[in-house]
Amino acid sequence: MTTGQDTPSAVEPDGETGESLPPRPAVSEVARVTSTSDYLGLWLQRVRAGDLGSLPIIVGLLVIVLVFGTLDDTFLTERNFTNLLLQMAPYAAISIGVVFVLLLGEIDLSVAYVSAVGGVSMTLLLRPDNPGWPWWLAILVALVITTAIGLLQGLVVTKAGVPSFVVTLAGLLVWNGVVLILMTRYSSSGTIRIQDPTVRGIANNFLSDVWGWVVGGAVVVAYGLTQVRTSASRRARGLDAKPLVVIAAQVLGLAAVTAAGVWYANKDRGVPVSSLILLLLLVFWSFVAARLRFGRHVYAVGGNAEAARRAGINVDRIRIMVFMISGFMAGLGGVMFASRLRSVATGTGGGNLLLLVIAAAVIGGTSLFGGTGRVVSALLGTLVIASIANGMGLLNLEQGVQFVITGLVLLAAVLVDAVSKHRRAARGLT
Amino acid sequence: MADEPLLECRGVSKAFGAVQALYRVDFEVRAGEVMALVGDNGAGTSTLIKGIAGIYSFDDGEVLVDGRVVHIHSPREAAGLGIEVVYQDLALADNLDVVANMFLGREKTRFGLVLDESTMEGATRETLDGLSVSTLQSVRQRVTGLSGGQRQAVAVAKSVMWNSRVLILDEPTAALGVAQTRQVLDLVRRLAERNLGVVIISHNLHDVFEVADRITVLRLGQRVDVFERSRTTQQEVVHAIAAGTLDRVPGMQPAAEVGGSE
Repeated sequence: MTTGQDTPSAVEPDGETGESLPPRPAVSEVARVTSTSDYLGLWLQRVRAGDLGSLPIIVGLLVIVLVFGTLDDTFLTERNFTNLLLQMAPYAAISIGVVFVLLLGEIDLSVAYVSAVGGVSMTLLLRPDNPGWPWWLAILVALVITTAIGLLQGLVVTKAGVPSFVVTLAGLLVWNGVVLILMTRYSSSGTIRIQDPTVRGIANNFLSDVWGWVVGGAVVVAYGLTQVRTSASRRARGLDAKPLVVIAAQVLGLAAVTAAGVWYANKDRGVPVSSLILLLLLVFWSFVAARLRFGRHVYAVGGNAEAARRAGINVDRIRIMVFMISGFMAGLGGVMFASRLRSVATGTGGGNLLLLVIAAAVIGGTSLFGGTGRVVSALLGTLVIASIANGMGLLNLEQGVQFVITGLVLLAAVLVDAVSKHRRAARGLT
Repeated sequence: MADEPLLECRGVSKAFGAVQALYRVDFEVRAGEVMALVGDNGAGTSTLIKGIAGIYSFDDGEVLVDGRVVHIHSPREAAGLGIEVVYQDLALADNLDVVANMFLGREKTRFGLVLDESTMEGATRETLDGLSVSTLQSVRQRVTGLSGGQRQAVAVAKSVMWNSRVLILDEPTAALGVAQTRQVLDLVRRLAERNLGVVIISHNLHDVFEVADRITVLRLGQRVDVFERSRTTQQEVVHAIAAGTLDRVPGMQPAAEVGGSE
């Protein structure tokens, strides 16, 4: 057994079995990782042991690009790229809320129709002269409504102790019914168009080329600065910190991807406004999940509710708040859907919306059993699902085939996760 | 080792319906000592611990901390008095790393919201180093990947970090292998060296004799004896557990009711 030197060999998974205990060093042997090669070595080791992180998704996306790129000439065009960005935003927004619910080990089957309630309420409030509310007030009220729906469902789950599966299954029916009632009451054709230019712009407008670059640059700079600051403050306290070389490589990588994306989008109509909104949502909710005390408690409740309760965490409050987040994000997704289609209809929120947003979270790497997953998995999963749907649409595959393929992709994602989990468990890592 | 008990129970009783789980039990632990609490199943060890921890209150008798009578009505109040219990299931969140578990529910934050990870990580390292808990790959390792002994160590460190003075360990070695048991017993000794009062509940007399300074034996809800480890043998303790003299035979009522205990 090494005594806390910086060699990667101090990071053997089987720390206990082979060691003779009596002469105990005064200082702990907790391994320290400081140099670049240690860091890379550790990362490689983790990957080999099955801790793949976002790697399968990235590989999967490359496969998708290759397959559809060769099968269809239009898939890789800049026009289709911006279309894809436009298509995915509402799904990803709803999926972010689903990630939070899944982190708890709960499920929210009502998100699709809750999103429809959001979209329809906003649209009704916007109807010219009746009541003709300003766009921001209509959106705000729609979001308040869907958040309240989340609150209601969360209260039933926690206070009455009914499983979330059942509560939100009931919700699925109820909110579907509400959407139908509202639509038949206020529209004879089954469709209500949105006139408000701002709302229509949310999911249909584009940033100018310059703003696209400004936003892209801001993302890279902000990422780089946070990384450097965290690393510096950890170093100052004598803790392991990410080496600057690694940070530089990551920032450069991000810069390259961002620049390529902005450049390609700008060749067409530009970076969609909805992509910017999605980016802000992603940053905000990632911060909530990873950096706030609230987020930590969400993970704790999802991992071991009893431990969380004994640690003095108000488990019910966390659950209720997460269902409110789910309602809120569903509402936001509904607003974006309505904006993108410039209308709502009786069928809004139906179809496979629910299954796709849950599948997106799972494909992105969020466990259905609670406690593991990241907010960014909503984005990555949606990217996979949306590009497959987009590619199959271009190929004019029939609906049935599309469903089968999407289902198989979901299964593949879950299998990759299960296999890597086994390997992790076998290596004692995770 | 101070003579004044850090924690003392005087004649505590607890009945669940018709079952007298504890009957006028005296129990004490001093600072810097490891007190083992042993007894057969149903002897009342867990009832006594849960009463001290505030999970429920005793029907009768009093609990003293530092010689002052206290009334503990909840685990939180017990923690406030410096009494921490590490239960057999440890209550760790497997999906979180060691640092997150150590601070679960008591996270250090900036502006009351944002987690202060580096402070927490530093304190975790310090606590673990102080207890000489080695063999952890990293304090950022998730608990899932830890061995039973390491988990026990993390759970103990978590309780120690909050300035606890009395630490009660419920069957800390029950599920562990030889090397890991060794590790945990070493840890228990180090806790006592740090002047904590340690209560260890165990069915394993071998472990008890390895680590305890004194041994309290319960039988059928009553305290039958307290032994000095150095002046007793396993046979003597086993005999006390199985056939120690009872002040009061369950089922046989009043006659000896008055003046039964010492």
